[in-house]
Amino acid sequence: MQAEILLQMKGIDKKFPGVLALNGVDFTLRKGEIHALMGENGAGKSTLIKVLTGVYQKDGGEIMLEGKVVSIKSPQDAQNSGISTVYQEITLCPNLTVSENMFIGRETGSFINAKKREKRADEILQSLGIPARGSMQLGDCSLAVQQMVAIARAVDMNCKVLILDEPTSSLDDKEVNMLFNLMRDLKSKGVGIIFVTHFLEQVYEVSDRITVLRNGELVGEYLIEELPRVALVSKMIGKDLDELSALSESEEKENKESEVLYEAKGLSSSETKSFDFSIKKGEVNGFTGLLGSGRSESVRAIFGADKVNSGSIKIKGKDVKINKPIDAMKNGIGYLAEDRKRDGIIAELSVRENIILAMQVMNGMFKPISKSEQEAFADEYIKVLNIKTASKETPVGSLSGGNQQKVILARWLLTHPDYLILDEPTRGIDVGTKLEIQKLVLKLAKEGVSVTFISSEVEEMLRTCSRLIVMRDRNIVGELKGKELSQEQVMKTIAGGEAKNEKDN
Amino acid sequence: MKKITKKLFQGSLSQLTIPLIAIALLLIFNLIRDPGFFSIGISHNNDGNAVLAGNLISIINGASELAVLAMGMTLVTAACKGQDISVGAAAAIAGSVFVKVLKAGSSISGLTVLLAFLSACVVAMLFGTFNGILVSVFKIQPMIATLILYTCGRSIAYWINGGATPTVSSHIITAIGSFIPGIPIPTPVLIVLFVAILFRLLFHFTSLELFTQSVGINQSAARLNGINPTFIKLLSFIILGVCVAVAGTIGVSRLGLINHETLLLDVEMDTILAVAIGGNSLGGGKFKISGSIIGAYVIQMLTITLYAMKVSSTDVKAYKAIVIVILVVIGSPVVKARLSKLINSIFSKKKETVKGVQG
Amino acid sequence: MRKFKSMLLAGLLVVACVLSACGAKGGAAKGGNIKVGVVNNPPSESGYREANVKDMEAVFSAANGYDLKTAYSIKNDEQLQAAQGFITEGVDYLLISAAETTGWDEVLKKAKEAGIKVFLFDRMIDVDESLYEAAVVSDMAKEGETAVNWLLDQKLDVYNVVHIQGAMGSDAQIGRTGALDEQFASGKMNKVVQQTATWDEAEAKKIVESVINSGADFNVIYAENDGMAKGAVAALDEHGITHGVDGDVIVMGFDCNKWALRELLAGKWNYDGQCSPFQAQIISDIIKGTKSVSSKKIINEEKGFDAKALTQNDIDTYGLGE
Repeated sequence: MQAEILLQMKGIDKKFPGVLALNGVDFTLRKGEIHALMGENGAGKSTLIKVLTGVYQKDGGEIMLEGKVVSIKSPQDAQNSGISTVYQEITLCPNLTVSENMFIGRETGSFINAKKREKRADEILQSLGIPARGSMQLGDCSLAVQQMVAIARAVDMNCKVLILDEPTSSLDDKEVNMLFNLMRDLKSKGVGIIFVTHFLEQVYEVSDRITVLRNGELVGEYLIEELPRVALVSKMIGKDLDELSALSESEEKENKESEVLYEAKGLSSSETKSFDFSIKKGEVNGFTGLLGSGRSESVRAIFGADKVNSGSIKIKGKDVKINKPIDAMKNGIGYLAEDRKRDGIIAELSVRENIILAMQVMNGMFKPISKSEQEAFADEYIKVLNIKTASKETPVGSLSGGNQQKVILARWLLTHPDYLILDEPTRGIDVGTKLEIQKLVLKLAKEGVSVTFISSEVEEMLRTCSRLIVMRDRNIVGELKGKELSQEQVMKTIAGGEAKNEKDN
Repeated sequence: MKKITKKLFQGSLSQLTIPLIAIALLLIFNLIRDPGFFSIGISHNNDGNAVLAGNLISIINGASELAVLAMGMTLVTAACKGQDISVGAAAAIAGSVFVKVLKAGSSISGLTVLLAFLSACVVAMLFGTFNGILVSVFKIQPMIATLILYTCGRSIAYWINGGATPTVSSHIITAIGSFIPGIPIPTPVLIVLFVAILFRLLFHFTSLELFTQSVGINQSAARLNGINPTFIKLLSFIILGVCVAVAGTIGVSRLGLINHETLLLDVEMDTILAVAIGGNSLGGGKFKISGSIIGAYVIQMLTITLYAMKVSSTDVKAYKAIVIVILVVIGSPVVKARLSKLINSIFSKKKETVKGVQG
Repeated sequence: MRKFKSMLLAGLLVVACVLSACGAKGGAAKGGNIKVGVVNNPPSESGYREANVKDMEAVFSAANGYDLKTAYSIKNDEQLQAAQGFITEGVDYLLISAAETTGWDEVLKKAKEAGIKVFLFDRMIDVDESLYEAAVVSDMAKEGETAVNWLLDQKLDVYNVVHIQGAMGSDAQIGRTGALDEQFASGKMNKVVQQTATWDEAEAKKIVESVINSGADFNVIYAENDGMAKGAVAALDEHGITHGVDGDVIVMGFDCNKWALRELLAGKWNYDGQCSPFQAQIISDIIKGTKSVSSKKIINEEKGFDAKALTQNDIDTYGLGE
């Protein structure tokens, strides 16, 4: 059955100073289909979306909506034409209520009344099964719910084209399922959905068609049935997947017996309960659990990122005190934070300055690293980590997410840590970079660096970690090693099937 | 020329574009109005020393206190995402301390002047610490925190000396506030140069600039990289305190008199404007001290221009406001983005036509 | 730690309040003395006010048979409260220099009902004359006239005047500008420049500097207070222009600060106009009956000092400050 064509983009060009971000890209969306837009970071997905939503002006090509050429000059134009977007980063106002967020900027006379507005919001939220109420402060909701409110807002605007840009990166499985149901529901109502994500699983679960971009050019458009996973990945990164499979077979992850590098007893912070933890030299371990299970909070406590309340810590057998980040850094610990934007990059500073920052702090304020040394370090790590940036003086905020992440990795690698904590280093970045980071972790471990690796993709952790600590409700509920390291076992532990019944304690 | 204009609108120089253009426009305007406006001559002052004189000297000299304060304010703005509105009142306190110590001794010597200046520095740094603690430890908005000293600072200055306008006279004070015998350049100008060099050295021999910008741009990330934001913010206020003491000392030395009510009156607003005109974001983060210094000279040039035009007393502030509004609007991110877009399109068109001819 | 922080904060706030507040001081009551309540602006307001406050304290001293209570504020409502307090306390006389001219009717009526006699000093209030005994004030316009008449007496061939004004709209500025404006209008004197330095010494210096830089001729500097005159003189000195008794430029100031009169005595300035803060003696004379009141408005007589006639004794008697 040939479905009716809803949106057609033909020969779209977009230039940025020094870069051709899109080069003659075609994209076609049919009524009632979920169309995945795939590609590595910097492939042009975001740019294409932004051209479609009027954030950027195209430099060439044309956009046709339901057969008519449309000119989209602003996000408002896009909205009026029936194109709605939910971005990767939440773009709502956390200090307003849910209902205010749903109706802001499109308020008609009938909704000025807060009560009515909240009632209408409640209806929509309920119909979509979103666990929020119109009167709630948006900032009080979890990230996942905020995301869904953003979707609800878009859905309610009677959109013909719904763009979901990385909608699932902060949702847990249950919420993802809820979202997918919602997407299928909308699809059946004839809405065309453009789905941008890094999660291959999800693409195959819900999409009908896939368009792949690479380096600003169209690779091709495929029906989901015709494109096996491995083929998709190779089309995205432009090479065969041998490396990926090689990695998964993985070298001797099995830990040789070696000395304990870091050991904490009864460690607790303002955000965690007391816990014990240790890691050996050259070991890669992971913390896993659902969002909010306390995995991030635990590693923050190790680094002294939150206020440390208690605990005795030994590094290489010596008692040390780690109350704030600088203590941890001086003891050879590096920490790549979960929220790259909030806790990682200094957006307006250059790639160079971002790379040398931690090292400079460790050197102290009165021993500045000379400009030439800084440049040498920056050049070295841009090369080693293959960071794609116009120059080392480019503000890091203008790089793509994956490259920002690499800059922060470079920052910590430069301090030559004994123990590196990576909290969600692969979130929101493309397959190619993910792979690079995983390889890097294993390489570091080989060189004797201990690594704690946290990821919401269990598969990724199974591939890299030799030991997994499973958390639930801020408690460690299990530790998996060797043969226990399987997706199934992890799920079981998280769900609590194997663990002790909590009522017992 | 084209290259220069293009460079002005792009890359590292872009922050200084607006203030430099403002200065250029004021220069051109004055040259058309009165070709002799910027003539610099040598005259002999009443102490018999040959000194430089002319409007340009008056401008650079008159802006000294403002320039020194703007340098310190830039740092506070960058680290704390807000401004200290108590600098005028604090300078009155520092000036009063300076005079108090001078008057305590029987005679004024180089040593007593140095002692007086150091005392002024210590007091101004203490008040800076007070402001800094409110801002960094108690996380009070800088403008609100410094409102306290803004309100009561001049009363404190009064208490220090009792008399409303105590005077000091000494050739050393004259040398600081006016000219050092044998040097034709006004001493305040030399002091600004000295302070600017100190800042340059400070940024060269420490990583204060990097740390301050990191804290200003992303405090949370800075903290997780081992920087202590509280300390950096406090430090910025203490450094501003030193600037305040320097400005107060210059102000007092110019006339050998401290009037706690009028010394550097309303200077806080001019200081903040100088920072803004210099292309620094008042929302903190990246900064350029040189921009703020240029901003200070822009403001002073504007004032002197208006005086030279004999603009009626009542209108001076209104004219000043109009020009400043224009400057600040042109310097705003919105207009700047449009402007650079325009410039870019002009240049790229030119390139295309050149190509066309060759093809 | 948090507790410590909040305690520290509270401490800081208390200190800040104490520093910024203008406290009211009350003297201990003694039987037999005449009780006088003075509502005034705080001495930190200006050198003038400081001398005014000192004068009040000196004249209404216990030695002179008075029991003095004082309240200082620049805020009208705080002044009103203080006056109310004095009435309740039962003073015999209430002396007021008001921050604002309005809002005093109620309080003065209450004072009258309580049989308290009210004197206004330094500043007038917008109330019916019957509500007060007398108002002892300066006549700023007359200060200007005295100064301009002195200037005319100098019989210069030409008067090229640089006129530096105080804060626009203030009583002193309006009064001291008026007489000079008349001369500009009549053409007897030429206005080289007329600009406000809002009582700011440094600003006055900048104004004079810009005049010098413009190359304009001038032979008189008429500054509406001493500080601005000092600023103007600093500019003259830097540009090698002589001033004072034997100089090219006549320098005139107002307020009679001691340091300014000393400049006169040294011949560096030519004229200083008095703005007398000494109203206490007149009021005391009226209270003690040694002076009769012919008109409710009593103009406090003010002098103008010529550098050539000034003596050290004048400085000691009339000079303000130190």
